[in-house]
Amino acid sequence: MTVVNPQDYAGLQPAWCPGCGNFGILSALKKALVDLNIPPYNLLVVSGIGQAGKLPHYMKCNTFNSLHGRAVPVAIGAKIANHDLTVIAVGGDGDGYAEGGNHWIHAMRRNHDITYMVHNNQIYALTKGQASPTSDTGFITKTTPEGSPPQINPLALAIASDASFVARGFAGDVDHLAGLIKQAITHKGFALLDILQPCVSFNHVNTYEWYSKRVYKLDEEKKYNPADKIMAFNKSMEWGDRIPIGIFYHKERPVFEKSLKALRNIALVKQPVEPARIQKLMTDFY
Amino acid sequence: MALDLRIVVGGEAGQGVQTIGFILAKAFARLGCHVFADQDYESRIRGGHNFFRIRVRDSQVCAVSEVIDILVALNKESLTLHAPKLDGKGVAIADINMDPELVRQYTVLAVPLNDLAAEKAGNKLMANSVAIGAVMGMLGFDFEILAGVIKDFFESPAKVEGNVKAARAGYDYARQRYDRSPNYDLGSIMRIERMLLNGNESVALGAMAAGCKFLSAYPMTPSTPIIEYMAANAGDFATVVIQPEDEIAAIHMAIGAAYSGVRSMTVTSGGGFSLMVEAVGLSGMTETPVVIVEGQRAGPAIGLPTRTEQGDLLFAVNASHGEFPRAVFAPSAAEDCFWLTIKAFNMAEKYQIPVIILTDHYLATSYFTTEKFDLTGVYIDRGLPMAEDEMGKLSEYKRHRITPSGISPRALPMQSHALVVTDSDEHNEAGHIIEDAETRSRMVAKRLKKLDALRKDMALPHVYGPKTSAISLVGWGSSFGALHEAMGLLRQQGLSINLVHFTEIWPLPAQETADLLGVDRKIYVAENNATGQFARLLNSETGIKISGNILKYDGRPFTPQYIIERLKGMLP
Repeated sequence: MTVVNPQDYAGLQPAWCPGCGNFGILSALKKALVDLNIPPYNLLVVSGIGQAGKLPHYMKCNTFNSLHGRAVPVAIGAKIANHDLTVIAVGGDGDGYAEGGNHWIHAMRRNHDITYMVHNNQIYALTKGQASPTSDTGFITKTTPEGSPPQINPLALAIASDASFVARGFAGDVDHLAGLIKQAITHKGFALLDILQPCVSFNHVNTYEWYSKRVYKLDEEKKYNPADKIMAFNKSMEWGDRIPIGIFYHKERPVFEKSLKALRNIALVKQPVEPARIQKLMTDFY
Repeated sequence: MALDLRIVVGGEAGQGVQTIGFILAKAFARLGCHVFADQDYESRIRGGHNFFRIRVRDSQVCAVSEVIDILVALNKESLTLHAPKLDGKGVAIADINMDPELVRQYTVLAVPLNDLAAEKAGNKLMANSVAIGAVMGMLGFDFEILAGVIKDFFESPAKVEGNVKAARAGYDYARQRYDRSPNYDLGSIMRIERMLLNGNESVALGAMAAGCKFLSAYPMTPSTPIIEYMAANAGDFATVVIQPEDEIAAIHMAIGAAYSGVRSMTVTSGGGFSLMVEAVGLSGMTETPVVIVEGQRAGPAIGLPTRTEQGDLLFAVNASHGEFPRAVFAPSAAEDCFWLTIKAFNMAEKYQIPVIILTDHYLATSYFTTEKFDLTGVYIDRGLPMAEDEMGKLSEYKRHRITPSGISPRALPMQSHALVVTDSDEHNEAGHIIEDAETRSRMVAKRLKKLDALRKDMALPHVYGPKTSAISLVGWGSSFGALHEAMGLLRQQGLSINLVHFTEIWPLPAQETADLLGVDRKIYVAENNATGQFARLLNSETGIKISGNILKYDGRPFTPQYIIERLKGMLP
């Protein structure tokens, strides 16, 4: 059996700002992949556009760096065509929750077997500091000089959409995040992993220090049960002095890729092209 | 005299116009006739005015006629609207309770449609089958063939029994009451088995023959039946059909599936294609093959959602920002839909580009009799694969390697240990994001280089009639049938004219096309749009001077008569 080492995933030199939260996410992802012993050739990372979208270039694996907001549908198509691939979609909060919001909601509903990691820095960083759908209410940016409108709650939205795995991690806690990534990848179905990611250049409010003071781990809460949807929903509303991280909601339910007759046996890409098979369909038109 | 029987069935939405029309068309096709049928309907579920036109000939036909021999008028409006177009010997069939004032004005065979249905079939709702029977009774059509078609159409034994009885009642009634000798000799028709199918069905069969294993599409008229047909057969044909949240997702899923290595497609209309255009560029940039079927309707915006137009040509040729190669096809009739769809998949994979198939509402929903497709002629070209000796060399595979043809050997994820890396950002040969000017220039040139060979793979326009003539009628796509018939009629009138028809539109082999059209003849381009898009494309690519445009943009298809009239108006 192949043994995967950290250097197998060594990619190009990142062009992120020094101290960027993305470094912690990249480290956690590589750690999870090594721990799960997934070789780079069995992994596909699909990304969108934004600083997070550059992530697959900084590791080494099958990569499709897609358009802004479109990582999820590309990932879904790739997974359906070859369900033997481990497929991870990555992007930022603007990419996933604004431009790609519709794709994200419906992907959760259909329960495709992919992992979606959203690097949530509450700001548009690649375009140098505009409001994001998760920017704090009233947050002043160059495009919202009178304050950002109320933010969306991605976790509550995911639970309402019956996403089968909903979790939040923190880029400042690599080991904990790597654990969540491992569980998201091994989960059968759509896994949303929202990751609190400090932006050192454009978000001077939601900093490492700001998050570190507030985050606490759900798995240390004795009474918390991620199978309980109402409890999960209530927990997803908590934001302010205390911010929970960990698995909010977890439910096993039918996976899209397992529900189709064409995918029941071997991967679609391995099935032969046989033009002569339509002969019998032609008789319907006589 | 050559057979040319023209039937129109008219009524409200929900009255069964389509069912009557389809059963009649299928019965004539089964007898061995050449059949063409088109549909005209409003964007509503009930009410309004819909009609179904059928032409039955003993030679190939794919155009509508403005004259009617038999009119089935299911309501008053149908009689008022269509009866004035009845030929001198033409007859309308209407219910016996139809307004007597109207009945007096035209030649009407009044049939107790509802009463016969209630009396003979025990169900008033089967009046449509009485009407079908009446048409066939007037013509002395072989009732057993008709009964066979009804049987296949209704499937459930109870419905089959009732509808055959109803048809028989209408048939006998017309035989007794209609005493004129039939104008049409159906007795000499040879029994040849042909398919009767519409453009959508033909595209779907073509896609399945080509090995399309993934269709992601959002419902939109006129292309929705392609989704439904492929979905119905998906399980048996190892195909996945998915209806995503919108057209943007549809094309991205298709691109993702193609990246993993399956032939994939999306189908839509102009509005949906408008939403997809950014991803057309993604396909071009990442060199990921994808086939897009764009069933044009009368735009812009929602326009006339159930009507036809050839108004998206230049949009398809130019869709998406930036510069990259693509191919655009526009099939002429149902058979062409099949073969061009297969070719679209081959070109998409050979050149690793997006390929757009432009159908339109008219082509997509019209029925054509077609010889059975010879599947031994289906050729599958999956393009240039990664060489065997490259497999397993993890770090060496370059998805976008620069080659003399511009085509990079293609690997698939998990096919080997080679990693497949691609990017919508400008990238180097390895697929990683770059910014430098030199790499940018080399990669743009590499992608555009593919056009050289692609252009050679595009078939030249087909010339119908003599190779040279004083006048060339030029057309593209679905207007073929009307143009071809118009050209034939004009030649009978002594005009020196031929038809030069394009179905492989882009990239245009400019020099060869210019040579074919010559310099000293008059060229008239006919197209179903308001601005002469193809004429402009032809002129800009070849420098050929266009003598005149024949345009139609009322949402309705060309008729041969319309083309003849307009052309004659422009001739000196």
